[in-house]
Amino acid sequence: MSHENPEVIAEKAREWLAEYIVKKDELKPKDRMKIPSQEMPAQDPIERGKNLDEVALGFTMEQARLEAMRCLQCKKSTCVDDCPVAIDVPGFVKHIADGEFQAAADVIKQTSLLPSICGRVCPQETQCQEHCKVGLAMKDVDKGVAIGRLERFVADWERATGNIKVPPVKPETGKKVAVVGSGPAGLVVAADVRREGHTVTVFEAFHKLGGVMRYGIPEFRLPNEIIDQEIDTLNKMGVEIKTNFVVGRTRKLTDLINKDGFDAVFVGTGAGLPYFMGIEGENLVGVFSANEYLTRANLMKAYDKKESNTPIFESKNVAVLGGGNVAMDAARMALRLGAENVYVVYRRTEKEMPARNEEIEHAKEEGIQFHFLRNPKRILGTEDGRVRGMEVLKYELGEPDSSGRRRPVAIEGSEFEMEVDTVLVSIGNGSNPLISQTTPEMEVNKWGNIVVDDTQKSNIDKIYAGGDIVLGAATVILAMGEGRRAAAAINKQLADELAEEAKSN
Amino acid sequence: MAKILHKEKLAENVFLMRLEAPLIAEERQAGQFIMLQTDEDLGERIPLTIADADIEEGSITIIFQVVGKSTKELALFKEGDDIPVLVGPLGKPTHLDNFGTVVCVGGGIGVAPLHPIAQAMKKAGNKVITIIGARTKDLLILEDEMREIADEFIVCTDDGSYGRKALVTEPLKELCERDPKPNLAVAIGPPVMMKFCAKTTEPYEVETLVSLNTVMVDGTGMCGGCRVSIDGEPKFVCVDGPEFDGHKVDFENMVSRMSSYHEFEKQKDHECNLDKEFEAKLEETK
Repeated sequence: MSHENPEVIAEKAREWLAEYIVKKDELKPKDRMKIPSQEMPAQDPIERGKNLDEVALGFTMEQARLEAMRCLQCKKSTCVDDCPVAIDVPGFVKHIADGEFQAAADVIKQTSLLPSICGRVCPQETQCQEHCKVGLAMKDVDKGVAIGRLERFVADWERATGNIKVPPVKPETGKKVAVVGSGPAGLVVAADVRREGHTVTVFEAFHKLGGVMRYGIPEFRLPNEIIDQEIDTLNKMGVEIKTNFVVGRTRKLTDLINKDGFDAVFVGTGAGLPYFMGIEGENLVGVFSANEYLTRANLMKAYDKKESNTPIFESKNVAVLGGGNVAMDAARMALRLGAENVYVVYRRTEKEMPARNEEIEHAKEEGIQFHFLRNPKRILGTEDGRVRGMEVLKYELGEPDSSGRRRPVAIEGSEFEMEVDTVLVSIGNGSNPLISQTTPEMEVNKWGNIVVDDTQKSNIDKIYAGGDIVLGAATVILAMGEGRRAAAAINKQLADELAEEAKSN
Repeated sequence: MAKILHKEKLAENVFLMRLEAPLIAEERQAGQFIMLQTDEDLGERIPLTIADADIEEGSITIIFQVVGKSTKELALFKEGDDIPVLVGPLGKPTHLDNFGTVVCVGGGIGVAPLHPIAQAMKKAGNKVITIIGARTKDLLILEDEMREIADEFIVCTDDGSYGRKALVTEPLKELCERDPKPNLAVAIGPPVMMKFCAKTTEPYEVETLVSLNTVMVDGTGMCGGCRVSIDGEPKFVCVDGPEFDGHKVDFENMVSRMSSYHEFEKQKDHECNLDKEFEAKLEETK
């Protein structure tokens, strides 16, 4: 994959569409397979390394229709089965092929409230797109129908009309639900529960909404404007929002039920404390968790060095430890903040990297340097306690471990030094400790994740949980899937209560 | 948002504010802190210990020292203004018990966070001996409030301009030498003062709590910026603290980490030019 000029991509799409549109109703599967799969237009790699604007520009209308025509409209749609929120993929894709974009948006919104977010950050290649027949036939998952990009296209199209449809809300039931945390899980619960006519209050610890989508995922991958838009829809549905409110501390979790009269509570407090390597030198000045680095840059706007009061470390040579999406985000952010060299140091090979292909490719295009089969042994400091380098060990791949990935084994005596002034540690998170610390009766596992049943209910009556606080660090869409399941259980609990109350009256 | 109900200057560059925050007032316990921002968009999150609370009024008291751009901005707020972002109470509350005799040592601005702890220790049935100190007389804060709580009260200044001419570690050492020695010490102040308090009590095996105020971003256990080394283990001030066993804290590392952004801060302070105008602007807020 290499960067292609967006204007060229658009021009080609126009020509192809003109060719295919005339025979669109007669296309056989083998004709559809011949329609060229569409590249995502992106900002120029050198240019974008100097700005925070979104990297992926989105399909043009012609590209979207062409890509949608590649869909075979399978009877047995594995794409729907593989979607955590079971979006009717063939349904909305067909509408795009036909140029009926509003109809496509309506189909998606039956099951997903946040299409412009999912279309950008979902790992489609391991979900809906993974078993797409087109991709399977071409033996390349990236050549499957680009479902996420189509979803994004539709959501952006609707947003551009300035007339986003607000989902209908049923008559008020008088039931009250608290949602703790405004990340992807919480937002889905808020929407799904509000639709049934229950009063919903979202409590957010930060001053801004969106959770990890705001503090973690950078503007260049998910613009804040899009999160604001989705939250605006919730506002219009009548969801009440309380920021700067730490449930557990500002108010005990169980007090929400016992004192404040909430009938159910959903806990979606997300991932917690970052893991560190546990190596020498990790407390030197210049070592940060990716969480901290990204939160400063994103939420606290430290990328705006002139205006923001929140500082961010000035770096020349940055090492990012880890191979996930957060590592890619941190590396690419460091570049945009002015680092001259950004190295991703990962102890396995590219194949084992958990980050999405797209993010790895984008990072490479931008000049991020990858060092595979390398892992720091210790971080080296100057006399005044600042990072000056890392001692790194070379690795080779051994036998597969419990995760099925081949285990990296250190090669003895292979130490070498890398000159860096900043180390960003991105090797995952534990669970957020606040709820378990302040709600001792809550059952958590040994990692501090809340234990739930198959309806997302915790061991405490009326309290549900989902997202990273249950899963450990996962993805936006998995959190949404959990939110959807929790909302269904909450709606059922409240419907049962309402029926019971109606009977006794 | 939190309305400023009252504002006063306690000492040179030290201010007290009472903020309308009924929920925090109700929930807060000794030892906990809040975070605030002077601007919702571009403000920095500043952690400040809750110095006092009034449940009836629905207010909390914060005391802060002007040290850089963000605290200067905060000092320029007037009574009646709203602080755009206020969140709390955060951190683990002080572990309270009837220990017997508790020595509370406060240095400079550290007397502010010490105040609610001394109060709570007294209420828990302890004999409270209080030592407060500052560089010079004008920098002493909350003297009357602390005197009122204490069973025994010692004031020191480094320059001898008021009270005893000594560092707080001097009377602390004397107390440790008494028989019986104190059951617990709580020392809060600048890192170097806490470090030497802990060093003073260590040979006497007097357990010593210190309250750390490291660099923080979220304050809720997400970013890890506030990590300190406690007995070689990384701990997080925002959710594991802010209070730790002073004999186990790696103070050198903490101080070095707290200097991470000194360059940036100096530059910000310089750029914002508040220095020159600060005094004049401060006059206007009266």
